[in-house]
Amino acid sequence: MSSSRLNSVDGLVSALLAGNRRALARTISHIENNSDFARPLLAALYPRAGSAHILGITGAPGTGKSTLVNGLARAYRQRGLTVGIIAVDPTSPFSGGALLGDRVRMRDLAGDPGVFIRSMATRGSLGGLAQATADVVMTLDAAGFDRIVIETVGVGQSEVEIASTAHTTVVVEAPGLGDEVQAIKAGILEIADIFAVNKADRDGADRTVMALKMMLNLGAPEKHHVMHHGRLLPVEMPEHASDHVAWMPPIVKTIATQQQGIVELLDAVEAHRLYLAQSGDRQLREQLRAITSLRIILRDALLEQLLEDAGSKRINQVVQDVVTRQRDPYTAARQLIDHFCS
Amino acid sequence: MPDRKIRVLVAKPGLDGHDRGAKVVARALRDAGYEVIYTGIRQTPDMIAEAALQEDVDVVGLSILSGAHMALVPKVLESLQAAGMEDVIVLLGGIIPDEDIAKLNEMGVKGIFGPGTATQEIVGFIEAEMA
Ligand SMILES: Nc1nc2c(ncn2[C@@H]2O[C@H](COP(=O)(O)OP(=O)(O)OP(=O)(O)O)[C@@H](O)[C@H]2O)c(=O)[nH]1
Ligand SMILES: [Mg+2]
Repeated sequence: MSSSRLNSVDGLVSALLAGNRRALARTISHIENNSDFARPLLAALYPRAGSAHILGITGAPGTGKSTLVNGLARAYRQRGLTVGIIAVDPTSPFSGGALLGDRVRMRDLAGDPGVFIRSMATRGSLGGLAQATADVVMTLDAAGFDRIVIETVGVGQSEVEIASTAHTTVVVEAPGLGDEVQAIKAGILEIADIFAVNKADRDGADRTVMALKMMLNLGAPEKHHVMHHGRLLPVEMPEHASDHVAWMPPIVKTIATQQQGIVELLDAVEAHRLYLAQSGDRQLREQLRAITSLRIILRDALLEQLLEDAGSKRINQVVQDVVTRQRDPYTAARQLIDHFCS
Repeated sequence: MPDRKIRVLVAKPGLDGHDRGAKVVARALRDAGYEVIYTGIRQTPDMIAEAALQEDVDVVGLSILSGAHMALVPKVLESLQAAGMEDVIVLLGGIIPDEDIAKLNEMGVKGIFGPGTATQEIVGFIEAEMA
């Protein structure tokens, strides 16, 4: 194929939809780079997406996430399903560069046309990391992958946000990282749909399982996943079928390096997928996803326009007024908004 | 606001299992502001080409310390070509005898760096190639 076809939005989109992997890789770059092609590409692909099931795999550094993703992808392939993988690692705040090393643990997937792996740095993503990841997920979805797996290091808010773009979030724990369950420390316990206690070949795995069970029993049966983003848009939430039993996150022991427990983990993911569909939760999550997306995009776009409208001189003046306490920041913001809207 | 980053694949083809040097270079390139995809040891030419394609990299850096560069490099270049990645900038690090350098350049290797090359030199080379 002549690569010049890949130099236009239409060429990229038709090649991507026809299964051209170079086109897919290029499209992801355009989106990551926020190039001139990014918006038209997203617009063209969006209607084609929506059928993939999206998994988030998160947990403390070194718990075995990549090795698990490798195993899960292999197991999915054995069931005839295709898998797109996004492995996210942090951008260094000092250099702006990143070292993306997750592929090292995914070498079993090499040469399989039913798998596509993309490493992604967090960058300074304008619309938030969650949105940037969601856009890449959407691209893989449009390209036809049945399952899309996002790996992120679970250390904070942005990871929680990424996980919130997934349908099923697997939190990975491993024994030997101290007494505590790491997810509690990181504040990501609440987002887990499934727990994987990996490195079950090591001492202390059972203790980790016990600790998790205790935490879950304390927290149950409250529904945990609904992230409230306020009242941006008047959205009709689907009624939660009251007779539906709330999902209790299962705990699966795995030894990723030996392919043990992988099928059980996959079965848990698929059970959750079914649960989401039958309980109406999938629709709810889709709605929340749409709300979150719109909020982020609107916020950034409006802010950008407002700043442009006000001009840097005016903004500097306002900043100065706030610094010198001639105006409080709320009043100052209100005045800027009023001026913008008038 | 466009936010373009130079992406580099660092790979070790062949059978030698030492990747300390490759990792040092990978870190240095990260510190230069690049997004570095590190794939580990014992990469086949096809694995390298596949990763380069999926990751849509601008540069492929090969680290070959075993002395097998004259056998490995043509195979990697062939795989890259087959994947449609012939435009990618290929760099080579390792102990490369002078008589091989011209031949490798002719095959399409853009830059060759011996052990102990200052990373600023590699970065400067990439910047010049990308300009
Ligand atoms: N003993 C044991 N080691 C494992 C297991 N799973 C993974 N490992 C090892 O743990 C180390 C880290 O594995 P990765 O898969 O890279 O972990 P990760 O969570 O993706 O790491 P980061 O992406 O760096 O956060 C590697 O050396 C793996 O071989 C396991 O079940 N048992
Ligand atoms: Mg990893």
